[in-house]
Amino acid sequence: MATTLDKVDVVTVGVGWGGGIIGAECAKAGLKVLGLERGKSRGTEDYQLIHDEFRYGVRYDLMQDLSKETISFRNNRKMRALPMRQMGSFLLGEGLGGSGTHWNGHTWRFLPYDFEIKSMTDKKYGKDKLSSDYLLQDWGVTYDELEPYFEKFEKTAGISGEDANPFWGKRKSDFPTPPMKKTPILKKFEKATSNLGYTPFMLPSANLSEPYENPDGESIMACQYCGFCERFGCEYGAKTSPEITVVPTARKTGNYDVRFHANVVEVLKKGNKVTGVKYIDTQTGEEFIQPANVVVLTSYVMNNAKLLMVSGIGEMYDPETGKGTLGKNYAYQILPGATGFFDEQMNVFMGAGSLGMTIDDFNGDNFDHGNLDFIHGASLSIVQTGVRPIASNPLPPDTPVWGEEFKKASIHNYTRTLNIGGQGASIPHKENYLTLDPNYKDAYGVPLLQLTYNFTEQDKNLHKYLTEKTAAIMKEMGAKTVMAGSPITNYDIVPYQTTHNTGGTIMGVSPDNSVVNSQLQHWDAENLFVVGAGNFAHNGGYNPTGTVGALAYRAADGIVKYSKNGGSLV
Amino acid sequence: MAEDKKGLSRRDFLKTTGIATGALVGGGLIGGLVGYNVNKEGQVAGTGGHKGAGSEQGGASNRGLMFFTNMGEFNVLSQAVERIFPEDDLGPGAIGLGVPYFIDNQLAGNYGSNAKEYMIGPFFAGEATQGYQSRLTRAEIFKQGIAKMEEEAKGRFDKKFVDLEGGQMDEIITAFQKNEVDMKGVSSEFFFKLLRQATLEGAYADPIYNGNVNMDAWRMKEFPGNQMTYIAEIENDKFMKYEPKSLSSMEH
Repeated sequence: MATTLDKVDVVTVGVGWGGGIIGAECAKAGLKVLGLERGKSRGTEDYQLIHDEFRYGVRYDLMQDLSKETISFRNNRKMRALPMRQMGSFLLGEGLGGSGTHWNGHTWRFLPYDFEIKSMTDKKYGKDKLSSDYLLQDWGVTYDELEPYFEKFEKTAGISGEDANPFWGKRKSDFPTPPMKKTPILKKFEKATSNLGYTPFMLPSANLSEPYENPDGESIMACQYCGFCERFGCEYGAKTSPEITVVPTARKTGNYDVRFHANVVEVLKKGNKVTGVKYIDTQTGEEFIQPANVVVLTSYVMNNAKLLMVSGIGEMYDPETGKGTLGKNYAYQILPGATGFFDEQMNVFMGAGSLGMTIDDFNGDNFDHGNLDFIHGASLSIVQTGVRPIASNPLPPDTPVWGEEFKKASIHNYTRTLNIGGQGASIPHKENYLTLDPNYKDAYGVPLLQLTYNFTEQDKNLHKYLTEKTAAIMKEMGAKTVMAGSPITNYDIVPYQTTHNTGGTIMGVSPDNSVVNSQLQHWDAENLFVVGAGNFAHNGGYNPTGTVGALAYRAADGIVKYSKNGGSLV
Repeated sequence: MAEDKKGLSRRDFLKTTGIATGALVGGGLIGGLVGYNVNKEGQVAGTGGHKGAGSEQGGASNRGLMFFTNMGEFNVLSQAVERIFPEDDLGPGAIGLGVPYFIDNQLAGNYGSNAKEYMIGPFFAGEATQGYQSRLTRAEIFKQGIAKMEEEAKGRFDKKFVDLEGGQMDEIITAFQKNEVDMKGVSSEFFFKLLRQATLEGAYADPIYNGNVNMDAWRMKEFPGNQMTYIAEIENDKFMKYEPKSLSSMEH
């Protein structure tokens, strides 16, 4: 029998970027907010021994414990879905800060084109540019409407960058802090891309170029370029993350609390409203009901979708009929790229997660697709993240993967290899979707989320075209051997690719084709909000966090307004 | 370099391994191995000890076996990983770097028991794109894989694996890599991948995990380990060389 607790104004499920932003903004507005976090508390003081590739980078110390909960996966509906038993293709987070603790810090604003992709594609290329199997749709919000919220997130995070990209949306203000240091490795890319007629610029970074105090009074330190960002926490408090910004901001209002080891298993709904959530204390096994005036799902893409599904809120997407919206438009990211082997040794072990330069000449609709068999594109970057010795054993073509020759080549090339990579857009397809697994359950008896996903023709064509571009840049950079990425075939959940999963709980202008409205308010329950990259109607050519941050700030405004007035926000 | 390589050869390792086996007969496992591992100067046997700077490795090592109880199995593992990452003119191989101990210790912990992974059935082989689907833990896979390597040595050459020539060992490892060896509940190719990955982890992890002895793998690769900052040097055109640092330097 579950124990019913005292009601709060707002409860968030998960405390990463989404939960932290909603928590801070609602608490500042005087609402009593509770964050339910299934993981543990953590912060800068816990990252003193972070320079440990093995513990954090290989054994995933900061990530979700899959023995408790995972997803199941298959490439298509004919295959038997099986559990993802080990972490691989993407790294799910857990604990205070969520994935915002172990991100690299690339902080982009999706392009104006992204938010109106359907209208703009139809207008320029006609309605048949892609077949109707691709579920392309506008987001229900424009870049201009989101601009103030992008700015707000960037100011909270102190993002370091330069307004030197001719292709991105107009910025009302410059970046809060100047760009990071332009290293010799970055300069090679800058020179090569300039020679080829492109426009390189410094990648917008949440590893800060200088100490910064944000508008909420939180301090972020200056990056030391130690080379341990992605998969790691920052021991200096120099990589902006929820636990050093929005969470302390929420706490100092006196209106905010986080309850740890609280794993939400159901959203409770009565009539056309939700009444709260049910959670399990993972340390005692006790069940609790936490009533709330507003429930906000702010966990990762996977869990937000799963909670709606197990709670029976919304109509499940059916790929057979195309009916239903919950679980549709799952997208990932397409990763074209090239590796270059150089004669000279470079300081590849130094770096920071977002220390990079980018060109956007082949992103969005920044280039003509009239004669191309795909839409959209990718930002193409060189990022000096700091490469580490277990994971980085670069081998020129036709080198054995073990033995004497392997050892010599991998050691020789470790300091002589660079990569150019693209964050390629992923366009949703009717066969790529999320649902509940009928066979496998998590440690709390709740069904696993089931992912059905494979690369499409659009993906393969985009990958091929952009891989050639990256190889040409690498050649211009002076690599003696250039190895272009292999063509993509079937999506494989084993090798790490990217933790940029999107969709499943998408936003839009109509309940017929979206789960939440443009304020992220659920169509079927006005006091339920769903926040995260799950709202993306497709995935763009950038890392998602900047856009998630903007959507969360906009949703927070809506939640405060709803708490006063009630009703639909659209 | 010559000094650093003192005591690193495979022959020396086999010799000391023999001593350890002897110790097992007479005494308790732990006592025997600790006695074997630490020589008179307080250095780790077969590792080159702690020469010069970067001396976080100094002091007595408590290195020993936590998983294997049969030295025959441990010796097969040792020879196999040495073939994957051999000693050469650049520096020590897997044995000199302590990789077999690293793997043993890992198999005794969360890694060996797949503690952080979803191990609930039903189990089906699945497609390659669906990844690990075995009901076996890594500890069980290593035990079986090593037994199979020994079987292959007997079958192909009528010898013990550790008595084979290097090329013969390579032939067997290649058969695993090509998935030509029958294993139960897992493929030999999968075992090969585990073995290769574990070898690289042991070679290049911080020495606190009992591999990468004396940070010699980091020295070969010119990876400086745990440095607090590169802010003053990251704009230098010149390649920077550092004396590597282990995390153990943080505990003082």
